Amino acid sequence: MNQKGGTSSAGNGGSKSSSSAANRNSKKPKYSRFTQQELPACKPILTPGWVISAFIAVGVVFIPVGLASLSASERVVEIAYRYDRTCVPPDYRKNLVAYIQSTETNKTCLLNLTVPKQMKHPVYIYYHLDNFYQNHRRYVKSRSDKQLRSREYERDTSSCAPEATLGNAPIVPCGLVAWSLFNDTYQFSVNDKSLKVSKKDIAWKSDQKRKFGSDVYPKNFQIGGLIGGAKLNSSIPLSEQVDLIVWMRTAALPTFRKLFGKIEVDLEANQTISVVIQNNYNTYSFGGKKKLVLSTTSWTGGKNDFLGIAYLTVGGLCLFLAISFILVYVFKPRPLGDPSYLSWNRNSAVQMN
Amino acid sequence: MGEDRNFNIRHSPVRYTQEQEKQRCWKEAKGSVQLFFAWSDLRRYVYINDDDLVQELYCDNRISNRKYSLFNFVPKNLWEQFSRFMNQYFLLIACLQLWSLITPVNPASTWGPLIFIFAVSATKEAWDDYNRYLSDKKANEKEVWVVKHGIKKHIQAQHIHVGNIVWLRENDEVPCDLVLLGTSDSQGLCFAETSALDGETDLKTRVIPSACMGIDSELLHKIKGVIECPNPDKDIRRFDANLQWACGVAVYTGNETKLGMSRGIPEPKLTAVDAMIDKLTGAIFVFQIVVVTVLGIAGNIWKDTEARKQWYVAYPEEGPWYELLVIPLRFELLCSIMIPISIKVSLDFVKSLYAKFIDWDHEMIDQETGVSSHATNTAISEDLGQVEYILTDKTGTLTDNKMIFKRCCIGGIFCGNECGDALKDVVLHGAVSNGSPDVLRFITVMAICNTVIPTRSKSGEILYKAQSQDEEALVKAAACLHMVLVKKNANVLEINFNGSAIHFEVLDTLEFTSDRKRMSVVVKDCQNGKIILLSKGADEAILPYALSGQEIRTFTEAVEQYAQLGLRTLCLAWRELEEDEYREWSLVFKEACSALVDREWRIAEVCQRIEHDLEILGVTAIEDRLQDGVPEAIETLRKAGINFWMLTGDKQSTAIQIALSCNFVSPEPKGQILITIAEPKDVAFVIDGWALEIVLKHYRRAFTELAMLSKTAICCRVTPSQKAQVVELLKLCEYRTLAIGDGGNDVRMIQQADIGVGISGREGLQAARAADYSIGKFRFLTRLILVHGRYSYIRTVFLSQYSFYKSLIICFIQIFFSLVSGVSGTSLFNSVSLMAYNVFYTSVPVLVSVLDKDLSERTVIQHPQILFYCQAGRLFNPMTFAGWFGRSLFHAIVVFVISIHAHGYEKSEMEEVAMVALSGCIWLQAFVVTLETNSFTILQLLAIWGNLLSFYIINLIVSTIPSAGMYTIMFRLCRQPSYWITMFLFDSFLLELKSPSPELIVFLLYPKGILEKFFITEQTKHVIANWMTCLILAILWCNRGHIGYQH
Repeated sequence: MNQKGGTSSAGNGGSKSSSSAANRNSKKPKYSRFTQQELPACKPILTPGWVISAFIAVGVVFIPVGLASLSASERVVEIAYRYDRTCVPPDYRKNLVAYIQSTETNKTCLLNLTVPKQMKHPVYIYYHLDNFYQNHRRYVKSRSDKQLRSREYERDTSSCAPEATLGNAPIVPCGLVAWSLFNDTYQFSVNDKSLKVSKKDIAWKSDQKRKFGSDVYPKNFQIGGLIGGAKLNSSIPLSEQVDLIVWMRTAALPTFRKLFGKIEVDLEANQTISVVIQNNYNTYSFGGKKKLVLSTTSWTGGKNDFLGIAYLTVGGLCLFLAISFILVYVFKPRPLGDPSYLSWNRNSAVQMN
Repeated sequence: MGEDRNFNIRHSPVRYTQEQEKQRCWKEAKGSVQLFFAWSDLRRYVYINDDDLVQELYCDNRISNRKYSLFNFVPKNLWEQFSRFMNQYFLLIACLQLWSLITPVNPASTWGPLIFIFAVSATKEAWDDYNRYLSDKKANEKEVWVVKHGIKKHIQAQHIHVGNIVWLRENDEVPCDLVLLGTSDSQGLCFAETSALDGETDLKTRVIPSACMGIDSELLHKIKGVIECPNPDKDIRRFDANLQWACGVAVYTGNETKLGMSRGIPEPKLTAVDAMIDKLTGAIFVFQIVVVTVLGIAGNIWKDTEARKQWYVAYPEEGPWYELLVIPLRFELLCSIMIPISIKVSLDFVKSLYAKFIDWDHEMIDQETGVSSHATNTAISEDLGQVEYILTDKTGTLTDNKMIFKRCCIGGIFCGNECGDALKDVVLHGAVSNGSPDVLRFITVMAICNTVIPTRSKSGEILYKAQSQDEEALVKAAACLHMVLVKKNANVLEINFNGSAIHFEVLDTLEFTSDRKRMSVVVKDCQNGKIILLSKGADEAILPYALSGQEIRTFTEAVEQYAQLGLRTLCLAWRELEEDEYREWSLVFKEACSALVDREWRIAEVCQRIEHDLEILGVTAIEDRLQDGVPEAIETLRKAGINFWMLTGDKQSTAIQIALSCNFVSPEPKGQILITIAEPKDVAFVIDGWALEIVLKHYRRAFTELAMLSKTAICCRVTPSQKAQVVELLKLCEYRTLAIGDGGNDVRMIQQADIGVGISGREGLQAARAADYSIGKFRFLTRLILVHGRYSYIRTVFLSQYSFYKSLIICFIQIFFSLVSGVSGTSLFNSVSLMAYNVFYTSVPVLVSVLDKDLSERTVIQHPQILFYCQAGRLFNPMTFAGWFGRSLFHAIVVFVISIHAHGYEKSEMEEVAMVALSGCIWLQAFVVTLETNSFTILQLLAIWGNLLSFYIINLIVSTIPSAGMYTIMFRLCRQPSYWITMFLFDSFLLELKSPSPELIVFLLYPKGILEKFFITEQTKHVIANWMTCLILAILWCNRGHIGYQH
């Protein structure tokens, strides 16, 4: 009220309204520690002691874990052999695509692999593909989970283009994923005695049970104009087609391995394994590699040094940082909460100087 | 008014609304009252008491504040929500997702959150509207007495019709706009209070038209007549009766009442943080477009070169015409999550929580009145933490507005100089008892030159109801000096002086206006019939009109002296009028009062004609004490780097005095304050209203420069509109301004400023109503700014940057994944995960982070300089945002690289890798929130770690559904030790490097050999190779046009 001595608006207390106005506001807010923002709280302050001990702790935990995973990975014995080039007869080396697409050429290929160390059973057999985009959008969407699951959805092929129907009849299993099923095969023998390749449990149990129907049989599959990959025995239900089930679990990356089978006997060191490969699958048109991999397994899975090295690196880095913090702390100590480090105090100190 | 009751037709300024004093002619004819209204284009005819005639013509008295009805809620609300740009964007994205060719995920992943967010907003609106409906219903169903068919009836307020006669009892609330017809008072007076309209709590006198004067209450039932009045408009005034009964005729009802018409929705204010969020959203949008374009082009090129060779993808040779658009649109959808859909809802939620914290704060309750602080505007709390300028009113804001008469100077004699209180001055009391004529005249002016209304309480005490605190102080002081104002009946005043009653008849009241700066009354002494003009006002409005020859130097000195003590001064003056002079003037005055054009100006001009040749009686000095804690509060806030400007209507020396006493300016010699350029850092200037007007008109640039230089300014003698102009000027310089005031004259300034704070003080609630925040005392401003404002700012800043961070991280992972999936736009994550990620997994912990306190309240108050950081916006600007951006990029790289390496080769199953990456994000975020939190309450711990736990629970549950894509995935992963090892590896990347930018540097400076050996494996090579080919191809493709050949 800035007018002087005038009749601006103001009322003395005692008039009814100011009390009613007060009533409006004086509804006392409820008091609790939450409303007052005073909930008990712990305020960890990152003191040098805390930071150093945290780093030491991380280092101390990480290095053994890293060593453990590294040694687990080291114990895994792995034989990987790239055969896509060597299995092509020298005459066709210049024209790989023609070789693989021709029905005339001999696709059989013989290999000898030496076991470097003893391999305890089960020995897993993988095929390794490279530069193969199972995660391509067009590819990954081209399937019908409903059709795979049950017979009544046989005609549910709307998502399967361009491998949905043959004429009017639905293709079962439809879609590009199933159509491009890997069709190289391997036969193993040691000392002329053939090794049995077990296909048991190579597919996920849950897939066999729930995702692939036991009443769904292949139909119209790979009989159209374009032949993709492997053919399926139309008398075996999909839930038993383990190679298909494995293949249908699309890989997230363009380099991947898929389980081909298991060898249920130990392989001794320096044993020579002869492999007969039917080299059918076309990776030549896009320059992809094919490898045959034999591997044992550990608690971390297959051979993979990544985790171990990462852990060792992080652990080592933490220890290194801890030590350097200790050195800084010892040689250049700084009192905690020194207000002279506050920016406005520093500025004024500078000005005073 | 009122003495020519015998006239059949007369002019009478019936004041049922002040703005609307239109001429009314009352005509009494044959027992019925008729009202002619000769001048109006837009008018309504109100037929009093005529039940059959007009009822249907105008609306009934049903009030409706509701925005929606049951039927239009859905379309109207949707329309409102979709008028926001962000929502339009999300709708477009959601619609694009319906096209199955391009959608990377199930449309539900966008529609779900969109619908959820719309539902939340709509529910909030609906709830608010329902509450409005309830309060309307309460008002509508209030019982009132109304005359119908000549009988008094009890009906609900909503059934009042125009023309009905409404009866009110004492302290009733007026249900609609009424024209007063009769009261229980024999003089036909009625005192109305207008606090509900303008917040003014004084009583305003309303008089019944003389035509109705003296009509018996029973007769009033049968009254018939026509009132002609203009169509409803929005000027507010209303009245409450303050008698035993009053009756009036309803003229405006329902939503057509003055109150109904003046309701408006205030313009929403945008905080600096909001503006920054909008700007950064725009930047992200541009970034998204760039990414989409680059990836779209690269994708098309990859498709045309690489994908043709990948026979298993089976691209047809010829695609449809829109084929080129498909991949860019896919990426647009994939990247649409870059802009967090939940940010608006989250912000709304936390902002209303900040407002609640202000309402709840017990330390901001005024202990004297029990008034708690209130945040009317819930959306601008962050701005409080970024205030740079505080513009404050003086009286009632810095001071208590409790006026106490302290000193006076009567005819050159100073009273109260020794003991500091004139009322205790023996000399003065002696002079009063001696009957010194000068002193008697002085105190007579004090007692009767005012608009104070004396009332008697039940115990017989005399209470004064005054419109101005100064007047009340003067009347009370006069009473102490034995000149007691006892009664005021219409126009007869009774004064009790030393036991004997003196009567005066008030002939005219020349009201106060802020232009005239004085008020006068013309009274007739009933003893001797003398007509006297009594004036009081500011020195510059009184002293120049002194009787020529009167020595006014002592008064000027007195004014000067008092002002330097910080007292408010008034000059009192007196003149005896000749009968003829008065009569002549009175006619002109009446004419001016009933003027229709330029009334105020004409009245002022007429008043001028009589207010001259005044005999100056003396000067009064009234003290207005500073509120508790004001100097401390100002000092603290000034330390926090906030500049203070004081805008006051008071005179210069008083203003400077107050400014000095409340630490506005450092106490320096006076001369230096006025023109201080002592130190470039601490400039202060004083300017008065006239100078300000000239400066704002002609030297705006120079003044702006001065304003930017000075930390303190005192603007005295400024009008309300000038206050608003000053605010506007500072706002134009991009300063965050806070205006604080308590009275009606501060309303414009409060509304103009970025933040308006009202003090719910003695001057009513008008300022508090208009303001964004209302507090009880000035000192609470410290807490409001330093505690609430600062916390709000820091919390909002974290919340909004974090929202972008978490959206970006998932988006970057998608982009990286698209680089290993042939730039085809495959989504790594499935729809359920994406939807839940935005709506559940990441929103709960961050919402609870609003309980975080980085520093304790005490620390902040002790070191107000901490506010610098908020003021300068150091915690939220493109740089900090770039930090968070870098952080999300880095974390995305960490998550992606680790996921594809730890789960490469035989473990490279799509659903599993997706889940590893998603859990990696969730783990990282739990740790990011933990690292960014400074104080952990149980709620935060629960939210952060409970959220992580619920992530696993939800995913384990989803993993049991056979038809879900991720059937058994989570069980499978949880059984693998390598999964858990991977999770801890993610987190370790946070432990090392807290701040985002060094993270990147360290990552980039990783020894090259190690990088190649362990990080560049087949997968990373694919990423890099794809990137490079895409880029090279894109560049080549872009350059194949004529631009390329020009080189």
